[in-house]
Amino acid sequence: MSDRIPVRKTYKLYIGGKFPRSESGRTYEVTDRKGTFLANAALGSRKDARDAVVAARKAFPGWSAATAYNRGQVLYRVAELLEGRRAQFVDEVVAGEGLSARKAEAVIDETIDRWVWYAGWSDKIAAIHGSSNPVAGPYFDFSVPEPTGVVAVLAPQGSSLLGLVSVIAPAVVTGSTVVVLASEQAPLPAISLSEVLATSDVPAGVVNLLTGRTAEIAPWLASHMDVNAIDLTGAPEQALELEVASADNLKRVLRPDAARDADWTITPGLERLLAYLETKTVWHPIGV
Amino acid sequence: MTTTASLPVGQQLEVGDIVASDASLRRFLHGLPGVDQVGAEARVATLSTRSIKTTAKAWAIDLAISMIDLTTLEGQDTPGKVRALCAKALRPDPADQSTPRVAAICVYPDMVPVAAHELAGSGVHVASVATAFPSGRAALPVKLADTRDAVAAGADEIDMVIDRGAFLSGRYLEVFEEIAAVRQAAGDAHLKVILETGELVTYDNVRRASWLAMLAGGDFIKTSTGKISPAATLPVTLVMLEAVRDFRDTMGRQVGVKPAGGIRTTKDAIKYLVLVNETVGDDWLDPDWFRFGASSLLNDLLMQRTKLTTGRYSGPDYFTLD
Repeated sequence: MSDRIPVRKTYKLYIGGKFPRSESGRTYEVTDRKGTFLANAALGSRKDARDAVVAARKAFPGWSAATAYNRGQVLYRVAELLEGRRAQFVDEVVAGEGLSARKAEAVIDETIDRWVWYAGWSDKIAAIHGSSNPVAGPYFDFSVPEPTGVVAVLAPQGSSLLGLVSVIAPAVVTGSTVVVLASEQAPLPAISLSEVLATSDVPAGVVNLLTGRTAEIAPWLASHMDVNAIDLTGAPEQALELEVASADNLKRVLRPDAARDADWTITPGLERLLAYLETKTVWHPIGV
Repeated sequence: MTTTASLPVGQQLEVGDIVASDASLRRFLHGLPGVDQVGAEARVATLSTRSIKTTAKAWAIDLAISMIDLTTLEGQDTPGKVRALCAKALRPDPADQSTPRVAAICVYPDMVPVAAHELAGSGVHVASVATAFPSGRAALPVKLADTRDAVAAGADEIDMVIDRGAFLSGRYLEVFEEIAAVRQAAGDAHLKVILETGELVTYDNVRRASWLAMLAGGDFIKTSTGKISPAATLPVTLVMLEAVRDFRDTMGRQVGVKPAGGIRTTKDAIKYLVLVNETVGDDWLDPDWFRFGASSLLNDLLMQRTKLTTGRYSGPDYFTLD
């Protein structure tokens, strides 16, 4: 047997269900913790972010109108596919985060469990966060949670898979669509996740994934007038200026929290689910 | 590419000679040089790669806004909708007073009085489609009455459709006479002749129809009604731009061009402007000589304009839907 020529990967972005190259044509080298070359990833630009927001906006009406039951099923199916790619994710987490194989296995377990956990919330969140309100009049009065719209997510820099899933799932499960900026140093698990999503039942544009420099792209997402919420977890140093830029269209902002974001294995609670919900209150006359 | 070799450039042609008979008109139209389809499409593809940025882009966006014929041609149009559209024509971006006005409002004839009232004295033109738009399938007296009605109601631009059936079956003189009759009926109003290029099949036909419309006295040639797909395309517009250029060279009269339908993004609009600049030059880069028939294009131009002035991306939520 002769030595094979290695097939080196040049990954692309994931926008609107397609895998385009960066509009800028740029790429950057992804290495493991020791500096060994792993693959080339697309170095996204502000225009890729713009395109991703357009794709997310386009997907929003369909995804938010899907029944909660349906969204739960679609997301559960993603967990099944993640399970099937387990070995690949383990390798990527080992390379990207410098964990031992055993620890990486545990991270993948936690990741898939986290995804299933959030998928289960799809048809239960209204029971927790909605209410039927007592009013002094002949009306039924309900408050129901509704998705906010397009959510920009700056994924955590350290936890490239578990952290990523923990920030994407709570946004999409309630019906929002997301533009995710993957971990700059370790984007490969995120790219593989996009390949999983592309082959799952998640409609095109519900999750859009960009790779590149967080500091370069984040300000464009923060100031974007067609983004309804932003999760600043992946940019703690820039958080203040990004929050200021987000104020122009009154984006919902999820601030980074050093204590909370240090350990992604802890069961997260509802904070991230509730961060991207609006409340709609309906007055319905009691019929004659 | 395309050529003007067999056109008697510089030598004055007499319209009367050309249209003396069906045979002479046919001889003239079929004597026009053929369009190199591959060449035209390649030329357009090359020009489409031009990158227009920063100050040039800002200039192009404002020019494109000022060239728009803001159009609503739906069966469900109401006076209220036309009034809303007129308000938008006068102040496309209420948040930015420096935004130019559009060139015209384009409506069905029965909506002309509403638009004329709203736009009186503003400099924004009132264009009306006429002649049994969009099919053009009505008797000539009906078409002429339609035209006179629209003009009487206050339209200063008339968008007529040609009889594609007659054109495609080779009855050129009939088409010519019909355009000439509508030209007469329109009086002082500007006449835009819609060729409906999506139904003309070949670029050669587009070139012939363009010449026919110009010979008959059209002030503008317009690609499409917007009701047929494909509507305006870049290669078709290239062929028409070459026709108006050649027409001015041989007949000494300048005619405008209006692509309509299917132009939705700023990027598209700028491609058209590049095409105009490279084909016929500065003389046509003016709302009097080049127009966009569009409705959704305006919002995209406004969003891009806002991006340039504020430095942040805008969204469709901040502009009116129509």
